Amino acid sequence: MLAATVRVTRDLDAAEDCVQDAYLAALDAWTRDGVPARPGAWLTTVARRGALNALTRGRTLQTKLPLLIEPAQDEAEMIVDAEHDPAIPDDRLRLVFTCCHPALAREAQVALTLRLVCGVATPDVAAAFLVAEPTMAARITRAKKKIAAAAIPYAVPTRSELPARLDAVLTVVHLLASTAHAAPSGDALVRVDLAERALDLARMLYVLLPAEPEVAGLLALLLVHQARHAGRTGGDGRLVRLEDQDRASWDRDLIAQADRLVVAALSAPADGPAPGRYALQGAIAALHAQAPTYAETDWPQILALYDALLAHWPSPVVALNRAVARAMVEGPEAGLADVAALEADDRLAGYRYLPATKADLLARLGRHAEAADAYRAALALTDSAPERAYLEERLG
Amino acid sequence: MPRYAVLLYERVAPEDLPEEVRAAHAALPERVAAAGGRIVAGLAVGEPETATSIRGDLLTDGPFIETKEVMGGLFIIEARDLDHAIALAKMTPVVEGGVEVRPLLGFMVLE
Repeated sequence: MLAATVRVTRDLDAAEDCVQDAYLAALDAWTRDGVPARPGAWLTTVARRGALNALTRGRTLQTKLPLLIEPAQDEAEMIVDAEHDPAIPDDRLRLVFTCCHPALAREAQVALTLRLVCGVATPDVAAAFLVAEPTMAARITRAKKKIAAAAIPYAVPTRSELPARLDAVLTVVHLLASTAHAAPSGDALVRVDLAERALDLARMLYVLLPAEPEVAGLLALLLVHQARHAGRTGGDGRLVRLEDQDRASWDRDLIAQADRLVVAALSAPADGPAPGRYALQGAIAALHAQAPTYAETDWPQILALYDALLAHWPSPVVALNRAVARAMVEGPEAGLADVAALEADDRLAGYRYLPATKADLLARLGRHAEAADAYRAALALTDSAPERAYLEERLG
Repeated sequence: MPRYAVLLYERVAPEDLPEEVRAAHAALPERVAAAGGRIVAGLAVGEPETATSIRGDLLTDGPFIETKEVMGGLFIIEARDLDHAIALAKMTPVVEGGVEVRPLLGFMVLE
């Protein structure tokens, strides 16, 4: 609805106001006449009509004050645009690409996308970035101001501009999915609403760019997340580890879809660029999901994919995941050596999965006292209730 | 169309610019027009050594902010939106440095 309204106003603040007004109008009209058959369409129509009226008022003002206000561009085209029912996926993508414009700081790109495309409230956006709410509100306002003042276009970029922008968009969608799947605080392990928005966005990107291996890879990754969703938490909301999950609860159709995407993403021409981080991550996720049991996972293949991923994207978090795969191929001692090396990396100083991984490896080696210390270290670093419950159970 | 200031930062002094860069500067208005924009105005400024900075009552010799690249001049362009302005600004000939694009709030010529 916001995206459809921005098409008319070309101004995010004005569009948000119109959407708010539409909700107020709905409260009034629906109480009086009952809820219409298509409430979403009703709201969108009212919000866009409000935006058109505001435009007309603005135009009157412009004829009165021609020297002070820039001439509006192609208003006739805008109105035709608004009357014509827009293709919604494309419209929301325009909003994503606007939020992810390279002229905005990367953090502002993510914050704006969360706020405007995913409808995450500003306090929650602030929490995701570990900053105070007024700080985040100011950053979002500043980004919106730049979009308006510098006239950042509300458009999906042309093909030649896409590669530079696509990376930001993929990063945002991936971050959104990561936040949804491992909420750093709170009672729920998975924020279902955010996960669905991320998956929607990935699907839309794939419709737009079916031949882009990174898009296919990211969509595959999110499909596997979605497929395993039911198995990740127990009936009591508790975290269930991959090795303990009930694989019968996984959605096989989604996993098959992910598998087809991964095959396509990895079979790009041999003379082309090497597979990127999302194609590789999608492949790793799909391999995990295909294994009939945890023990039967193709660990050597996963280790090889992690090697490629680490070469492409030298992140300490990837190195930690690779250590887990190495432990499965070469034994826990080898994995533990990698983890010990990573403990020297400052970037992982507050990363709760580092001590948790170390603890699991120590436990597998029968070094229970050291494992308990590591579990306690992990416990000190997480505010997520399901993760705390899991770690406390491991401590016994 | 929205207007933007394109600020040109360059390490190479104007008198040391290679001949082809001077020629590219001369050809810029036509290229911008061919790409659907317009250069409304352009100006070159003197060497940073010729600048005097004023902060309140304090005068100092030299530019307001010392950087390796100095602002050598600026253009005022008309463009459809920021993407278009960036595409046009990229045509600016620069030997070693870059350009900054800013939306223009006001522009007056008083003659």
